[in-house]
Amino acid sequence: MTLVAFLILFSAVIIGYVLNLRAARALRDGGARMHSLDGFHGGYAALMVLVPTFFLIIFWLLFESYIIELLVMAAIPPEELLEKGVGEIQLIMSEIRSIAGGRVFGEPAEWKMNAGEWLETLNDLSGLFLAALTAALAALMLYIARRRVAADFRARQGLERIVHRIMVGCAIVAIFVTVGIVASLSFETFRFFQMVPFWDFILGTSWEPQIPIREEQIAAEGAFGMVPVFLGTIVIATVAMVIATPIGLLSAIYLHEFANARVRAVVKPVLEILAGVPTVVYGFFAILVIAPALRNFGAGFGIPLESNTALAAGGVMGIMLIPFISSFADDALGAVPRSLRDGSLAVGATSAETVAKVLFPAAIPGIVGGILLAVSRAIGETMIVVMAAGLIARMTINPLDSVTTVTVQIVTLLIGDTAFDNPKTLSAFALGMVLFLMTLMINIAALRIVRKYREIYD
Amino acid sequence: MTDSTAERFDWASPEINAHLRKRKRSQFYLKSLGLGAIAIAFSALALLVGSLISTGYPAFTQTHLVVEAEIDPDLMDPDNPRDGDFRQLARDIVTNRVIDGADTDNTDRLTDILSNRAQFTLRDMVVANPDLIGETVDVELPVADRYDQLYKGFVNQNTPEDIRRLSDREIEIFDQLVDGGYVAKPFNWDLFKNADSRFPEVAGLKGAIIGSAYALLVCFVLSFPVGIGAAIYLEEFAPKNRISDLIEININNLAAVPSVVFGLLGLAVFIGWFGLPRSVPFVGGMTLALMTLPTIIIATRAAIKSVPPSIREAALGVGASKQQVVFGHVLPLAMPGILTGTIIGLAQALGETAPLLLIGMNAFITSAPSTPFDSATALPTQIFIWADSPERGFVSRTSAAILVLLTFLITMNAIAIFLRQKFERKW
Repeated sequence: MTLVAFLILFSAVIIGYVLNLRAARALRDGGARMHSLDGFHGGYAALMVLVPTFFLIIFWLLFESYIIELLVMAAIPPEELLEKGVGEIQLIMSEIRSIAGGRVFGEPAEWKMNAGEWLETLNDLSGLFLAALTAALAALMLYIARRRVAADFRARQGLERIVHRIMVGCAIVAIFVTVGIVASLSFETFRFFQMVPFWDFILGTSWEPQIPIREEQIAAEGAFGMVPVFLGTIVIATVAMVIATPIGLLSAIYLHEFANARVRAVVKPVLEILAGVPTVVYGFFAILVIAPALRNFGAGFGIPLESNTALAAGGVMGIMLIPFISSFADDALGAVPRSLRDGSLAVGATSAETVAKVLFPAAIPGIVGGILLAVSRAIGETMIVVMAAGLIARMTINPLDSVTTVTVQIVTLLIGDTAFDNPKTLSAFALGMVLFLMTLMINIAALRIVRKYREIYD
Repeated sequence: MTDSTAERFDWASPEINAHLRKRKRSQFYLKSLGLGAIAIAFSALALLVGSLISTGYPAFTQTHLVVEAEIDPDLMDPDNPRDGDFRQLARDIVTNRVIDGADTDNTDRLTDILSNRAQFTLRDMVVANPDLIGETVDVELPVADRYDQLYKGFVNQNTPEDIRRLSDREIEIFDQLVDGGYVAKPFNWDLFKNADSRFPEVAGLKGAIIGSAYALLVCFVLSFPVGIGAAIYLEEFAPKNRISDLIEININNLAAVPSVVFGLLGLAVFIGWFGLPRSVPFVGGMTLALMTLPTIIIATRAAIKSVPPSIREAALGVGASKQQVVFGHVLPLAMPGILTGTIIGLAQALGETAPLLLIGMNAFITSAPSTPFDSATALPTQIFIWADSPERGFVSRTSAAILVLLTFLITMNAIAIFLRQKFERKW
């Protein structure tokens, strides 16, 4: 039925365009002096129909399943839902949904069959309603738009007003993404802090989120102290930066100062390839090549290494960050005014001295900004650490140990069983909040440094 | 003035020479360090690509048993071929080819040579064409992963039998089939024709490729118009005030938010609040659209900015309205730049894994999705699933899947570069 609604919308838009176009043309042929061209009258009608009807369909689709679910729940005998957790209710709902979809396993209780039927009826009804409402609204808008066609109607201004509003709406969507991130993270984080005290999370040194989900499960009472997770993130990010920063900076210096155009033309795209490789590929590379190599290397020195050391994950992450740093540093060196460089060369400095003593210090703010952005990347990087780093949080700063990171915990906590009612799931959102705030602060600082620096020479 | 030779600086003195040599040496050191850094980056890339190709290429062929099989009418009812005993049929196909296997204590060992899915391949063939019953037909059946590894030469026969995955007897039986000319290693079309499976020898990428395509389509349909609309507004219409400054800072920051946070957003909002289903490409595409949006906005703004003001002024001068200038002149001229940025943004979205994991697109699904609202995996999440699977055959499947993903990415980037070079104007 959704398809039908969209078809109705689509045809109404075309009908509106043609109707108003022809009405305007008829007026013009009748000798009226029209304010706007015929096409603007048509376009005005098309947008008048399109915008409200489109939003009707979208809102209907967004809230449809939610409202239908509420209605189905209301129809279930209340005693069946007494004392059931969110997880169990979700299970019941999905069973009802599969019954409604015609996939009946075993012999479900009578009330479940009824609920399934009711769900199916509601789904059908909702589809019908949507189609009917779409048709009604489209017809109404068609009528309103058609009524407006007149010699002195400013159709172009009308059309441009609608287009302007659509564009403002698009810009607001970009804000809403941020608002959505902040709202969803704070909402779930707030619920988490109702179950786990704030300071236990911030200062706790033990992270064991494996809490019993069902009553009969035997598991330790969870501990949610983020310090070891945070520490692991820092260890891995440090390893990555220790590898990426010198290599990135030195290759940028070489490219900028010593390489001729032909070498640049080869090297830069290759570095860009390195930057374009998806992180899941780097993760597989880490477990396929780097971790076994490190383990063999360690065994050669008599050091038994685990396969998921911070060194392996951080090292591969460092490779990923090389092009990032090198392109930022290259840009920063390139932004130093030519006069500084020429002056240095003119008093007899070698090109190495020019880079090291004139260009590099002048480019430092831009380079620092780039490095900060790389740090924020390293902290937020997910797939490499999910695949190559460990799961158990330890209080250690030894890069040869296996450590876990904020992103690893978020992913492992949310893969699979996710009912939003226990601290285990919600703690992932609290970690996400910490991650978001951290990267946000680093990004703002980095962007500010980069921008301020540009102003000095502009 | 002329007789002050004593004060003339001796540029050729040994001290100066030594100093100059030192300076030149440090120049040389810096240069070599730079070259070394680039060499490290290059060798990392070479190692990455090399290891992927060397582990991935075997997965592009698959060992098959290529035999003439008699579809035994005793094993099935022509009116209802679906319930026939195809397991027995598959067993017979192997047993009949092995000269010396009849004495084997355990006939299951013979059946294990074929993939577990072989019986279903036979069943589907017969169900599709019941006339085959009683006939002798050419069939091509995948062999099980262990034997696939053996035929590709990855089983070291020198290792002790008890830690090898195949016993001497099993290798002996399989060698009889090889000697009989029944084993071939054709191109592995199943990799593209099948969806995921627990058995590596028949696991394929069809579901993942279609899932990724749907997600990218949704991502494009949502982010492209919204991104262009927002960029045009910000670049051409927005008043320069605090609010538009805020939007600008906000968009730059969004571009640097970790992708896993977008996954949390998608999970909490789309699945938690709106109750949309998990694991479906539609939700994946919406989440990716939120990530791609800032990229497209930034690229579009840059492209619009590069259109010279003279174009706008000329159009305004002949009486066009502001919007007519933008939509009639600026936007068409900026289009190549916008498309380039969009394709690069979509390529990023195609390789993105973490947000898709959070919204459950890493489920085990054995059929390709037929609409964007069916559960599916995507290419990067499929790579993640296979990388996690213990079977030996999945290692090379993972590399092969990565090679497929990289091929898509390189193609998209090549299109973007082509567009940029072909259509972008320098003013």
